Amino acid sequence: MPLVDPVSDTLDAPAPPAAAPPDAPDPAALRIVPRRRTGRRAAAAVVLALLALALVSVVRNDAFQWDVVADYFLTTAVLRGLGLTLWLTVAVMVLGFALGTLLAAMRLSDNPVLRGVSWGYVWLFRSMPILVQLLFWFNIGALYPTVLGVKTVDLLGPVAIAVIGLTLHEAAYAAEVVRGGILSVDKGQLEAAQSLGLGAWRRLRRIVLPQAMRAIVPPAGNMLIGTLKGTSIVSVIAVQDLLYSVQLVYHRTYQVIPLLLVATLWYIVVTSVLGAGQFFVERHYARGTAGAR
Amino acid sequence: MSTQTAMVDVRSVHKSYGPLQVLKGVDLTVRAGEVTVVLGPSGSGKSTLLRTINHLEKVDSGSVSVDGSLVGYRRSGNKLHELREREILKQRTGIGFVFQNFHLFPHLTVLANITEAPVSALRRPKKDAEAAARALLDRVGLADKADAYPKQLSGGQQQRVAIARALALEPKLLLFDEPTSALDPELVGEVLDVIKDLAHQGTTMVVVTHEIGFAREVADTVVFMDGGRIVEQGPPGQVLDHPRHARTTSFLSKVL
Ligand SMILES: Nc1ncnc2c1ncn2[C@@H]1O[C@H](COP(=O)(O)OP(=O)(O)OP(=O)(O)O)[C@@H](O)[C@H]1O
Ligand SMILES: [Mg+2]
Repeated sequence: MPLVDPVSDTLDAPAPPAAAPPDAPDPAALRIVPRRRTGRRAAAAVVLALLALALVSVVRNDAFQWDVVADYFLTTAVLRGLGLTLWLTVAVMVLGFALGTLLAAMRLSDNPVLRGVSWGYVWLFRSMPILVQLLFWFNIGALYPTVLGVKTVDLLGPVAIAVIGLTLHEAAYAAEVVRGGILSVDKGQLEAAQSLGLGAWRRLRRIVLPQAMRAIVPPAGNMLIGTLKGTSIVSVIAVQDLLYSVQLVYHRTYQVIPLLLVATLWYIVVTSVLGAGQFFVERHYARGTAGAR
Repeated sequence: MSTQTAMVDVRSVHKSYGPLQVLKGVDLTVRAGEVTVVLGPSGSGKSTLLRTINHLEKVDSGSVSVDGSLVGYRRSGNKLHELREREILKQRTGIGFVFQNFHLFPHLTVLANITEAPVSALRRPKKDAEAAARALLDRVGLADKADAYPKQLSGGQQQRVAIARALALEPKLLLFDEPTSALDPELVGEVLDVIKDLAHQGTTMVVVTHEIGFAREVADTVVFMDGGRIVEQGPPGQVLDHPRHARTTSFLSKVL
Protein backbone atom coordinates (compact mmCIF):
# COMPACT_ATOMS: atom_id res chain seq x y z
CA MET A 1 0.00 0.00 0.00
CA PRO A 2 1.57 3.30 -1.05
CA LEU A 3 2.12 5.74 1.75
CA VAL A 4 0.51 8.70 0.03
CA ASP A 5 -0.24 11.79 2.00
CA PRO A 6 -4.03 11.97 1.82
CA VAL A 7 -4.11 15.44 3.31
CA SER A 8 -2.17 17.43 0.76
CA ASP A 9 -5.47 18.03 -1.04
CA THR A 10 -7.17 19.14 2.10
CA LEU A 11 -4.64 21.89 2.57
CA ASP A 12 -5.71 23.40 -0.73
CA ALA A 13 -9.32 23.28 0.40
CA PRO A 14 -11.12 26.54 1.33
CA ALA A 15 -9.22 28.30 4.08
CA PRO A 16 -10.71 28.23 7.60
CA PRO A 17 -12.93 31.15 8.53
CA ALA A 18 -10.92 34.33 8.77
CA ALA A 19 -12.15 34.88 12.30
CA ALA A 20 -10.12 31.94 13.64
CA PRO A 21 -6.73 32.92 15.08
CA PRO A 22 -3.75 31.46 13.14
CA ASP A 23 -2.51 29.29 16.04
CA ALA A 24 -5.96 27.67 16.52
CA PRO A 25 -7.02 26.35 13.10
CA ASP A 26 -10.45 24.95 12.30
CA PRO A 27 -10.53 21.42 13.85
CA ALA A 28 -12.06 20.10 10.65
CA ALA A 29 -8.86 20.99 8.78
CA LEU A 30 -6.54 19.09 11.16
CA ARG A 31 -4.90 16.18 9.44
CA ILE A 32 -4.77 12.68 10.86
CA VAL A 33 -1.52 10.76 10.37
CA PRO A 34 -1.87 7.01 10.86
CA ARG A 35 0.66 5.42 13.22
CA ARG A 36 3.43 3.53 11.44
CA ARG A 37 3.08 -0.21 11.94
CA THR A 38 6.61 -1.40 11.34
CA GLY A 39 6.30 -4.60 13.39
CA ARG A 40 3.22 -5.63 11.50
CA ARG A 41 4.92 -5.19 8.14
CA ALA A 42 7.96 -7.16 9.27
CA ALA A 43 5.84 -10.04 10.57
CA ALA A 44 3.88 -10.15 7.32
CA ALA A 45 7.09 -10.20 5.29
CA VAL A 46 8.53 -13.09 7.28
CA VAL A 47 5.37 -15.15 7.03
CA LEU A 48 5.02 -14.49 3.30
CA ALA A 49 8.64 -15.50 2.73
CA LEU A 50 8.15 -18.78 4.63
CA LEU A 51 4.97 -19.46 2.72
CA ALA A 52 6.71 -18.87 -0.60
CA LEU A 53 9.49 -21.24 0.40
CA ALA A 54 7.01 -23.95 1.32
CA LEU A 55 5.09 -23.45 -1.91
CA VAL A 56 8.23 -23.61 -4.03
CA SER A 57 9.35 -26.81 -2.32
CA VAL A 58 5.94 -28.41 -2.92
CA VAL A 59 5.83 -27.42 -6.57
CA ARG A 60 9.50 -28.22 -7.29
CA ASN A 61 9.57 -31.55 -5.46
CA ASP A 62 8.89 -34.14 -8.13
CA ALA A 63 7.98 -36.73 -5.51
CA PHE A 64 4.60 -35.01 -5.18
CA GLN A 65 4.01 -36.14 -8.77
CA TRP A 66 1.60 -33.36 -9.67
CA ASP A 67 1.23 -34.83 -13.15
CA VAL A 68 -0.20 -38.01 -11.61
CA VAL A 69 -2.53 -35.89 -9.49
CA ALA A 70 -3.78 -34.18 -12.64
CA ASP A 71 -4.21 -37.53 -14.41
CA TYR A 72 -6.39 -39.01 -11.72
CA PHE A 73 -8.24 -35.90 -10.52
CA LEU A 74 -11.18 -36.35 -12.89
CA THR A 75 -11.14 -40.11 -13.49
CA THR A 76 -14.43 -41.96 -13.24
CA ALA A 77 -13.30 -44.01 -10.25
CA VAL A 78 -12.41 -40.89 -8.26
CA LEU A 79 -15.55 -39.02 -9.29
CA ARG A 80 -17.67 -42.00 -8.37
CA GLY A 81 -16.02 -42.10 -4.95
CA LEU A 82 -16.62 -38.38 -4.58
CA GLY A 83 -20.26 -38.89 -5.52
CA LEU A 84 -20.68 -41.53 -2.85
CA THR A 85 -18.98 -39.35 -0.26
CA LEU A 86 -21.31 -36.46 -1.14
CA TRP A 87 -24.56 -38.37 -0.99
CA LEU A 88 -23.47 -40.21 2.13
CA THR A 89 -22.76 -36.83 3.74
CA VAL A 90 -26.13 -35.44 2.70
CA ALA A 91 -28.01 -38.56 3.80
CA VAL A 92 -26.26 -38.64 7.17
CA MET A 93 -26.81 -34.92 7.77
CA VAL A 94 -30.50 -35.03 6.85
CA LEU A 95 -31.29 -38.25 8.71
CA GLY A 96 -29.02 -37.29 11.62
CA PHE A 97 -30.67 -33.90 12.08
CA ALA A 98 -34.16 -35.34 11.65
CA LEU A 99 -33.46 -37.88 14.39
CA GLY A 100 -31.56 -35.26 16.38
CA THR A 101 -34.49 -32.82 16.26
CA LEU A 102 -36.81 -35.58 17.45
CA LEU A 103 -34.39 -36.39 20.29
CA ALA A 104 -34.15 -32.71 21.22
CA ALA A 105 -37.93 -32.39 21.28
CA MET A 106 -38.11 -35.51 23.48
CA ARG A 107 -35.47 -34.13 25.80
CA LEU A 108 -37.40 -30.86 26.19
CA SER A 109 -40.80 -32.49 26.64
CA ASP A 110 -42.68 -32.81 29.93
CA ASN A 111 -42.72 -36.59 29.63
CA PRO A 112 -40.03 -38.01 31.97
CA VAL A 113 -39.77 -41.26 30.01
CA LEU A 114 -39.12 -39.48 26.71
CA ARG A 115 -36.64 -37.16 28.45
CA GLY A 116 -34.79 -40.11 29.95
CA VAL A 117 -34.63 -42.09 26.72
CA SER A 118 -33.31 -39.09 24.81
CA TRP A 119 -30.70 -38.43 27.45
CA GLY A 120 -29.64 -42.11 27.42
CA TYR A 121 -29.34 -42.14 23.64
CA VAL A 122 -27.09 -39.11 23.56
CA TRP A 123 -25.02 -40.47 26.43
CA LEU A 124 -24.52 -43.84 24.71
CA PHE A 125 -23.81 -42.71 21.17
CA ARG A 126 -21.54 -39.88 22.20
CA SER A 127 -19.52 -42.29 24.30
CA MET A 128 -18.99 -44.84 21.54
CA PRO A 129 -16.21 -44.19 19.00
CA ILE A 130 -17.72 -44.13 15.53
CA LEU A 131 -15.18 -46.69 14.32
CA VAL A 132 -16.23 -49.13 17.04
CA GLN A 133 -19.85 -48.55 16.18
CA LEU A 134 -19.30 -49.22 12.47
CA LEU A 135 -17.44 -52.44 13.20
CA PHE A 136 -20.22 -53.41 15.57
CA TRP A 137 -22.90 -52.94 12.90
CA PHE A 138 -20.68 -54.74 10.43
CA ASN A 139 -20.81 -57.76 12.70
CA ILE A 140 -24.44 -57.45 13.73
CA GLY A 141 -25.14 -60.73 11.95
CA ALA A 142 -23.40 -62.50 14.83
CA LEU A 143 -26.06 -61.18 17.23
CA TYR A 144 -29.09 -61.39 14.96
CA PRO A 145 -28.37 -63.85 12.12
CA THR A 146 -31.81 -63.30 10.59
CA VAL A 147 -34.32 -60.46 10.71
CA LEU A 148 -37.90 -61.33 9.78
CA GLY A 149 -36.67 -64.43 7.99
CA VAL A 150 -34.13 -62.53 5.87
CA LYS A 151 -30.42 -62.99 6.43
CA THR A 152 -29.04 -59.92 8.16
CA VAL A 153 -25.97 -59.93 5.93
CA ASP A 154 -28.14 -59.66 2.84
CA LEU A 155 -30.29 -56.98 4.42
CA LEU A 156 -27.45 -54.74 5.53
CA GLY A 157 -24.79 -54.14 2.91
CA PRO A 158 -21.75 -52.01 3.73
CA VAL A 159 -23.41 -48.82 2.42
CA ALA A 160 -26.54 -49.35 4.52
CA ILE A 161 -24.32 -49.98 7.53
CA ALA A 162 -22.39 -46.80 6.80
CA VAL A 163 -25.61 -44.76 6.64
CA ILE A 164 -27.01 -46.30 9.82
CA GLY A 165 -23.82 -46.06 11.83
CA LEU A 166 -22.96 -42.51 10.84
CA THR A 167 -26.55 -41.33 11.27
CA LEU A 168 -26.89 -42.72 14.79
CA HIS A 169 -23.61 -41.06 15.70
CA GLU A 170 -24.53 -37.78 14.03
CA ALA A 171 -27.96 -37.69 15.68
CA ALA A 172 -26.44 -37.67 19.17
CA TYR A 173 -24.51 -34.51 18.36
CA ALA A 174 -27.33 -32.98 16.32
CA ALA A 175 -29.68 -33.48 19.27
CA GLU A 176 -27.44 -31.35 21.47
CA VAL A 177 -27.03 -28.68 18.81
CA VAL A 178 -30.79 -28.46 18.19
CA ARG A 179 -31.57 -28.50 21.90
CA GLY A 180 -29.11 -25.67 22.49
CA GLY A 181 -30.71 -23.74 19.65
CA ILE A 182 -34.22 -24.21 21.01
CA LEU A 183 -33.12 -23.18 24.49
CA SER A 184 -31.58 -20.03 23.06
CA VAL A 185 -35.04 -18.80 22.03
CA ASP A 186 -36.64 -16.46 24.55
CA LYS A 187 -39.37 -18.18 26.59
CA GLY A 188 -41.62 -15.22 25.89
CA GLN A 189 -41.79 -16.26 22.24
CA LEU A 190 -43.45 -19.54 23.21
CA GLU A 191 -45.85 -17.79 25.57
CA ALA A 192 -46.81 -15.29 22.90
CA ALA A 193 -47.43 -18.14 20.47
CA GLN A 194 -49.47 -20.02 23.07
CA SER A 195 -51.55 -17.00 23.93
CA LEU A 196 -52.30 -16.60 20.21
CA GLY A 197 -53.65 -20.16 20.15
CA LEU A 198 -50.94 -21.65 17.93
CA GLY A 199 -50.68 -25.42 18.18
CA ALA A 200 -47.57 -27.20 19.45
CA TRP A 201 -46.34 -28.24 16.01
CA ARG A 202 -46.94 -24.80 14.54
CA ARG A 203 -45.14 -23.17 17.49
CA LEU A 204 -42.12 -25.36 16.91
CA ARG A 205 -42.06 -25.10 13.11
CA ARG A 206 -42.99 -21.49 12.64
CA ILE A 207 -41.85 -19.66 15.78
CA VAL A 208 -39.19 -21.57 17.71
CA LEU A 209 -37.12 -23.41 15.09
CA PRO A 210 -36.58 -20.46 12.73
CA GLN A 211 -35.20 -18.47 15.65
CA ALA A 212 -33.26 -21.44 16.95
CA MET A 213 -31.62 -21.73 13.53
CA ARG A 214 -29.47 -18.71 14.28
CA ALA A 215 -27.83 -20.71 17.04
CA ILE A 216 -28.01 -24.01 15.16
CA VAL A 217 -26.50 -23.10 11.78
CA PRO A 218 -22.90 -22.30 12.81
CA PRO A 219 -22.32 -25.56 14.72
CA ALA A 220 -24.32 -27.46 12.09
CA GLY A 221 -22.01 -26.03 9.44
CA ASN A 222 -19.05 -27.30 11.39
CA MET A 223 -20.74 -30.68 11.73
CA LEU A 224 -21.42 -30.81 8.00
CA ILE A 225 -17.77 -30.25 7.19
CA GLY A 226 -16.78 -32.70 9.91
CA THR A 227 -19.21 -35.27 8.52
CA LEU A 228 -17.92 -34.81 4.99
CA LYS A 229 -14.42 -35.67 6.11
CA GLY A 230 -15.66 -38.13 8.74
CA THR A 231 -17.35 -40.28 6.11
CA SER A 232 -13.83 -41.35 5.06
CA ILE A 233 -13.96 -43.71 8.03
CA VAL A 234 -16.30 -45.98 6.06
CA SER A 235 -13.31 -47.06 3.99
CA VAL A 236 -12.63 -49.52 6.84
CA ILE A 237 -15.79 -51.43 5.93
CA ALA A 238 -14.94 -51.30 2.21
CA VAL A 239 -17.47 -48.69 1.18
CA GLN A 240 -16.14 -47.06 -1.96
CA ASP A 241 -16.13 -43.44 -0.91
CA LEU A 242 -13.60 -40.87 -2.09
CA LEU A 243 -10.80 -42.09 0.17
CA TYR A 244 -11.38 -45.78 -0.50
CA SER A 245 -11.51 -45.14 -4.26
CA VAL A 246 -8.05 -43.56 -4.31
CA GLN A 247 -6.80 -46.30 -1.99
CA LEU A 248 -7.97 -48.89 -4.49
CA VAL A 249 -5.94 -47.11 -7.17
CA TYR A 250 -2.74 -46.74 -5.19
CA HIS A 251 -2.88 -50.31 -3.95
CA ARG A 252 -2.53 -51.15 -7.65
CA THR A 253 -0.09 -48.42 -8.78
CA TYR A 254 1.79 -47.61 -5.55
CA GLN A 255 1.41 -43.87 -6.27
CA VAL A 256 0.31 -43.28 -2.68
CA ILE A 257 1.16 -39.61 -2.24
CA PRO A 258 -0.32 -38.19 -5.46
CA LEU A 259 -3.54 -40.16 -4.97
CA LEU A 260 -3.89 -39.00 -1.39
CA LEU A 261 -3.42 -35.50 -2.80
CA VAL A 262 -6.29 -36.12 -5.21
CA ALA A 263 -8.57 -36.99 -2.31
CA THR A 264 -7.29 -34.08 -0.20
CA LEU A 265 -7.86 -31.56 -2.99
CA TRP A 266 -11.41 -32.79 -3.46
CA TYR A 267 -12.11 -32.55 0.26
CA ILE A 268 -10.75 -28.99 0.20
CA VAL A 269 -12.87 -28.02 -2.81
CA VAL A 270 -16.10 -29.34 -1.30
CA THR A 271 -15.36 -27.89 2.14
CA SER A 272 -14.78 -24.46 0.57
CA VAL A 273 -18.05 -24.60 -1.31
CA LEU A 274 -19.87 -25.62 1.89
CA GLY A 275 -18.25 -22.78 3.81
CA ALA A 276 -19.49 -20.28 1.24
CA GLY A 277 -22.96 -21.82 1.41
CA GLN A 278 -22.98 -21.47 5.19
CA PHE A 279 -22.44 -17.73 4.83
CA PHE A 280 -25.66 -17.36 2.86
CA VAL A 281 -27.64 -19.64 5.15
CA GLU A 282 -26.52 -17.66 8.19
CA ARG A 283 -27.50 -14.44 6.50
CA HIS A 284 -30.93 -15.87 5.73
CA TYR A 285 -31.62 -16.78 9.34
CA ALA A 286 -30.26 -13.48 10.62
CA ARG A 287 -33.11 -11.59 8.94
CA GLY A 288 -35.08 -9.39 11.26
CA THR A 289 -32.18 -8.92 13.64
CA ALA A 290 -30.45 -5.60 14.01
CA GLY A 291 -27.69 -4.95 11.51
CA ALA A 292 -28.65 -7.74 9.13
CA ARG A 293 -31.11 -7.71 6.29
CA MET B 1 -76.76 -15.36 38.42
CA SER B 2 -74.53 -12.53 37.36
CA THR B 3 -72.54 -14.72 34.96
CA GLN B 4 -74.56 -13.40 32.03
CA THR B 5 -72.84 -10.06 32.31
CA ALA B 6 -69.52 -11.25 33.77
CA MET B 7 -66.84 -11.52 31.11
CA VAL B 8 -64.26 -12.67 33.64
CA ASP B 9 -65.14 -14.51 36.80
CA VAL B 10 -62.25 -15.48 39.05
CA ARG B 11 -63.21 -17.43 42.17
CA SER B 12 -60.97 -18.08 45.16
CA VAL B 13 -57.94 -18.77 43.02
CA HIS B 14 -54.86 -20.09 44.81
CA LYS B 15 -51.46 -20.53 43.21
CA SER B 16 -48.06 -21.43 44.64
CA TYR B 17 -44.62 -21.82 43.18
CA GLY B 18 -43.15 -24.48 45.43
CA PRO B 19 -43.38 -23.10 48.96
CA LEU B 20 -44.10 -19.56 47.73
CA GLN B 21 -47.80 -18.73 47.84
CA VAL B 22 -48.36 -16.18 45.10
CA LEU B 23 -52.17 -16.05 44.95
CA LYS B 24 -53.96 -16.63 48.24
CA GLY B 25 -57.58 -16.73 47.26
CA VAL B 26 -58.42 -14.13 44.65
CA ASP B 27 -61.97 -13.25 43.62
CA LEU B 28 -62.49 -10.91 40.72
CA THR B 29 -65.37 -10.11 38.43
CA VAL B 30 -65.03 -8.10 35.26
CA ARG B 31 -68.21 -7.17 33.46
CA ALA B 32 -68.43 -7.12 29.68
CA GLY B 33 -67.44 -3.79 28.19
CA GLU B 34 -65.61 -2.64 31.30
CA VAL B 35 -62.00 -1.77 31.95
CA THR B 36 -60.37 -3.11 35.11
CA VAL B 37 -57.00 -1.74 36.13
CA VAL B 38 -54.91 -3.82 38.51
CA LEU B 39 -52.41 -1.99 40.72
CA GLY B 40 -50.04 -3.33 43.31
CA PRO B 41 -46.43 -3.53 44.41
CA SER B 42 -43.92 -5.74 42.64
CA GLY B 43 -44.35 -9.40 43.51
CA SER B 44 -47.95 -8.99 44.65
CA GLY B 45 -49.14 -11.52 42.07
CA LYS B 46 -50.60 -9.23 39.38
CA SER B 47 -48.93 -10.96 36.43
CA THR B 48 -49.70 -14.37 37.85
CA LEU B 49 -53.37 -13.49 38.20
CA LEU B 50 -53.49 -12.17 34.65
CA ARG B 51 -51.76 -15.28 33.32
CA THR B 52 -54.25 -17.60 35.03
CA ILE B 53 -57.03 -15.88 33.09
CA ASN B 54 -55.74 -17.30 29.78
CA HIS B 55 -54.33 -20.45 31.38
CA LEU B 56 -50.69 -19.59 30.75
CA GLU B 57 -50.52 -20.42 34.46
CA LYS B 58 -52.54 -23.27 35.98
CA VAL B 59 -54.35 -22.59 39.23
CA ASP B 60 -53.87 -24.88 42.23
CA SER B 61 -57.47 -24.41 43.33
CA GLY B 62 -60.38 -22.19 42.53
CA SER B 63 -61.74 -21.45 39.09
CA VAL B 64 -61.50 -18.96 36.27
CA SER B 65 -64.31 -18.42 33.78
CA VAL B 66 -64.29 -16.25 30.72
CA ASP B 67 -67.57 -15.42 29.04
CA GLY B 68 -69.35 -18.09 31.03
CA SER B 69 -67.06 -21.03 30.34
CA LEU B 70 -64.35 -22.40 32.59
CA VAL B 71 -60.84 -21.69 31.36
CA GLY B 72 -58.70 -24.80 30.96
CA TYR B 73 -61.20 -27.19 32.55
CA ARG B 74 -64.48 -28.94 32.05
CA ARG B 75 -66.67 -29.51 35.04
CA SER B 76 -68.46 -32.77 35.63
CA GLY B 77 -70.04 -33.17 39.03
CA ASN B 78 -67.54 -32.09 41.62
CA LYS B 79 -64.52 -32.59 39.43
CA LEU B 80 -62.64 -30.29 37.09
CA HIS B 81 -61.11 -32.19 34.19
CA GLU B 82 -58.26 -30.46 32.44
CA LEU B 83 -59.09 -29.76 28.82
CA ARG B 84 -57.04 -30.99 25.93
CA GLU B 85 -54.32 -28.75 24.55
CA ARG B 86 -56.34 -28.04 21.43
CA GLU B 87 -59.39 -26.93 23.38
CA ILE B 88 -57.30 -24.69 25.59
CA LEU B 89 -55.70 -23.11 22.51
CA LYS B 90 -59.16 -22.50 21.11
CA GLN B 91 -60.18 -20.72 24.32
CA ARG B 92 -57.05 -18.59 24.14
CA THR B 93 -57.94 -17.31 20.70
CA GLY B 94 -60.80 -15.49 22.38
CA ILE B 95 -58.48 -13.83 24.90
CA GLY B 96 -55.84 -11.38 23.70
CA PHE B 97 -52.69 -11.01 25.78
CA VAL B 98 -50.26 -8.10 25.52
CA PHE B 99 -46.90 -8.58 27.23
CA GLN B 100 -44.63 -6.09 28.93
CA ASN B 101 -41.80 -6.96 26.51
CA PHE B 102 -44.04 -7.21 23.41
CA HIS B 103 -42.74 -10.66 22.43
CA LEU B 104 -43.18 -9.97 18.74
CA PHE B 105 -41.76 -12.67 16.51
CA PRO B 106 -38.45 -11.09 15.40
CA HIS B 107 -38.01 -13.23 12.29
CA LEU B 108 -41.41 -12.30 10.85
CA THR B 109 -42.46 -8.99 9.36
CA VAL B 110 -45.02 -6.85 11.14
CA LEU B 111 -47.70 -8.09 8.76
CA ALA B 112 -46.75 -11.75 9.26
CA ASN B 113 -46.73 -11.25 13.03
CA ILE B 114 -50.35 -10.13 12.85
CA THR B 115 -51.62 -12.68 10.31
CA GLU B 116 -49.92 -15.71 11.87
CA ALA B 117 -52.66 -16.52 14.38
CA PRO B 118 -55.72 -15.78 12.22
CA VAL B 119 -54.30 -17.93 9.45
CA SER B 120 -53.09 -20.87 11.52
CA ALA B 121 -55.41 -20.87 14.54
CA LEU B 122 -58.63 -19.58 12.94
CA ARG B 123 -57.93 -20.93 9.43
CA ARG B 124 -58.72 -17.59 7.79
CA PRO B 125 -57.68 -17.28 4.15
CA LYS B 126 -54.36 -15.47 3.94
CA LYS B 127 -55.73 -12.69 1.74
CA ASP B 128 -58.50 -11.83 4.20
CA ALA B 129 -56.12 -12.00 7.15
CA GLU B 130 -53.74 -9.60 5.45
CA ALA B 131 -56.45 -7.14 4.60
CA ALA B 132 -57.67 -7.25 8.20
CA ALA B 133 -54.09 -6.86 9.46
CA ARG B 134 -53.56 -3.75 7.35
CA ALA B 135 -56.77 -2.26 8.70
CA LEU B 136 -55.57 -2.97 12.25
CA LEU B 137 -52.19 -1.40 11.52
CA ASP B 138 -53.98 1.65 10.27
CA ARG B 139 -55.98 1.74 13.48
CA VAL B 140 -52.82 1.74 15.65
CA GLY B 141 -51.21 4.33 13.36
CA LEU B 142 -48.64 2.06 11.71
CA ALA B 143 -50.06 1.56 8.23
CA ASP B 144 -46.65 2.16 6.65
CA LYS B 145 -44.82 -0.42 8.77
CA ALA B 146 -46.41 -3.61 7.43
CA ASP B 147 -43.21 -4.87 5.83
CA ALA B 148 -40.80 -3.78 8.55
CA TYR B 149 -39.24 -6.23 10.98
CA PRO B 150 -39.92 -5.65 14.69
CA LYS B 151 -36.32 -4.69 15.44
CA GLN B 152 -36.63 -1.79 13.03
CA LEU B 153 -39.38 -0.23 15.14
CA SER B 154 -39.28 1.80 18.33
CA GLY B 155 -40.55 0.21 21.53
CA GLY B 156 -43.81 2.12 21.34
CA GLN B 157 -44.35 1.03 17.76
CA GLN B 158 -43.56 -2.58 18.66
CA GLN B 159 -46.10 -2.53 21.46
CA ARG B 160 -48.72 -1.10 19.11
CA VAL B 161 -48.00 -3.94 16.67
CA ALA B 162 -48.37 -6.39 19.56
CA ILE B 163 -51.77 -4.89 20.33
CA ALA B 164 -52.78 -5.18 16.67
CA ARG B 165 -51.60 -8.81 16.75
CA ALA B 166 -53.80 -9.53 19.75
CA LEU B 167 -56.76 -7.76 18.14
CA ALA B 168 -56.41 -9.79 14.95
CA LEU B 169 -58.15 -12.72 16.65
CA GLU B 170 -61.10 -10.45 17.48
CA PRO B 171 -60.92 -11.44 21.14
CA LYS B 172 -63.78 -10.79 23.51
CA LEU B 173 -61.30 -9.94 26.25
CA LEU B 174 -57.92 -8.21 26.25
CA LEU B 175 -55.32 -8.68 28.97
CA PHE B 176 -52.42 -6.22 29.30
CA ASP B 177 -49.45 -6.94 31.57
CA GLU B 178 -47.66 -3.64 32.17
CA PRO B 179 -47.85 -2.68 28.49
CA THR B 180 -45.84 0.51 28.94
CA SER B 181 -43.30 -0.50 31.60
CA ALA B 182 -40.58 -1.38 29.08
CA LEU B 183 -40.96 1.88 27.16
CA ASP B 184 -39.03 5.12 27.25
CA PRO B 185 -41.18 7.76 28.94
CA GLU B 186 -41.86 9.70 25.75
CA LEU B 187 -43.29 6.57 24.09
CA VAL B 188 -45.74 5.68 26.85
CA GLY B 189 -48.39 8.10 25.63
CA GLU B 190 -48.77 6.65 22.14
CA VAL B 191 -49.43 3.17 23.51
CA LEU B 192 -51.83 4.37 26.21
CA ASP B 193 -53.72 6.32 23.53
CA VAL B 194 -54.31 3.12 21.58
CA ILE B 195 -55.53 1.35 24.72
CA LYS B 196 -57.82 4.28 25.62
CA ASP B 197 -59.24 4.13 22.13
CA LEU B 198 -60.08 0.47 22.61
CA ALA B 199 -61.64 1.25 25.96
CA HIS B 200 -63.89 3.86 24.42
CA GLN B 201 -65.06 1.32 21.86
CA GLY B 202 -66.25 -0.92 24.65
CA THR B 203 -63.52 -3.59 24.61
CA THR B 204 -63.42 -5.58 27.83
CA MET B 205 -59.96 -5.25 29.31
CA VAL B 206 -57.89 -6.09 32.34
CA VAL B 207 -54.84 -3.88 32.51
CA VAL B 208 -51.96 -4.29 34.95
CA THR B 209 -50.13 -0.98 35.05
CA HIS B 210 -48.41 1.56 37.23
CA GLU B 211 -49.90 4.45 35.25
CA ILE B 212 -52.22 5.98 37.84
CA GLY B 213 -53.33 8.75 35.48
CA PHE B 214 -54.43 6.14 32.96
CA ALA B 215 -56.31 4.23 35.66
CA ARG B 216 -58.13 7.37 36.76
CA GLU B 217 -59.10 8.27 33.21
CA VAL B 218 -60.07 4.91 31.76
CA ALA B 219 -60.81 2.39 34.49
CA ASP B 220 -64.31 1.43 35.49
CA THR B 221 -62.83 -0.53 38.36
CA VAL B 222 -59.47 -0.24 40.06
CA VAL B 223 -58.18 -3.30 41.89
CA PHE B 224 -55.37 -3.05 44.39
CA MET B 225 -53.39 -6.25 45.07
CA ASP B 226 -50.84 -6.93 47.75
CA GLY B 227 -49.31 -10.17 49.00
CA GLY B 228 -51.35 -12.38 46.70
CA ARG B 229 -54.70 -10.92 47.71
CA ILE B 230 -57.01 -8.25 46.40
CA VAL B 231 -56.90 -5.69 49.19
CA GLU B 232 -59.54 -3.39 47.82
CA GLN B 233 -61.41 -2.59 44.65
CA GLY B 234 -63.90 -0.07 43.42
CA PRO B 235 -64.30 2.87 41.08
CA PRO B 236 -61.12 4.88 40.55
CA GLY B 237 -62.45 7.88 42.45
CA GLN B 238 -62.87 5.72 45.51
CA VAL B 239 -59.74 3.55 45.42
CA LEU B 240 -57.35 6.22 44.22
CA ASP B 241 -58.65 9.19 46.13
CA HIS B 242 -60.21 7.68 49.25
CA PRO B 243 -58.44 4.35 49.80
CA ARG B 244 -59.74 2.46 52.79
CA HIS B 245 -56.63 0.41 53.47
CA ALA B 246 -53.35 1.64 54.81
CA ARG B 247 -51.44 -0.52 52.31
CA THR B 248 -53.24 1.09 49.38
CA THR B 249 -52.49 4.53 50.78
CA SER B 250 -48.82 3.79 51.24
CA PHE B 251 -48.53 2.23 47.75
CA LEU B 252 -50.24 5.21 46.11
CA SER B 253 -48.04 7.65 47.98
CA LYS B 254 -45.00 5.93 46.46
CA VAL B 255 -46.32 5.76 42.92
CA LEU B 256 -47.86 9.20 42.62
N1 LIG C 1 -42.44 -19.21 37.24
C1 LIG C 1 -42.21 -18.81 38.52
N2 LIG C 1 -41.52 -19.59 39.37
C2 LIG C 1 -41.29 -19.21 40.63
N3 LIG C 1 -41.70 -18.06 41.17
C3 LIG C 1 -42.40 -17.23 40.38
C4 LIG C 1 -42.69 -17.55 39.02
N4 LIG C 1 -43.39 -16.53 38.48
C5 LIG C 1 -43.54 -15.62 39.46
N5 LIG C 1 -42.95 -16.02 40.62
C6 LIG C 1 -42.96 -15.31 41.88
O1 LIG C 1 -44.29 -15.03 42.23
C7 LIG C 1 -44.41 -13.78 42.83
C8 LIG C 1 -45.46 -12.96 42.11
O2 LIG C 1 -45.02 -12.73 40.80
P1 LIG C 1 -45.83 -11.82 39.78
O3 LIG C 1 -45.01 -11.81 38.54
O4 LIG C 1 -47.22 -12.29 39.67
O5 LIG C 1 -45.79 -10.41 40.48
P2 LIG C 1 -46.21 -9.00 39.90
O6 LIG C 1 -47.20 -8.45 40.83
O7 LIG C 1 -46.59 -9.13 38.49
O8 LIG C 1 -44.87 -8.17 40.04
P3 LIG C 1 -44.21 -7.12 39.03
O9 LIG C 1 -44.86 -5.81 39.30
O10 LIG C 1 -42.78 -7.12 39.45
O11 LIG C 1 -44.41 -7.63 37.65
C9 LIG C 1 -43.03 -13.14 42.80
O12 LIG C 1 -42.45 -13.29 44.08
C10 LIG C 1 -42.30 -13.97 41.77
O13 LIG C 1 -40.94 -14.03 42.11
MG1 LIG D 1 -45.69 -8.56 36.65
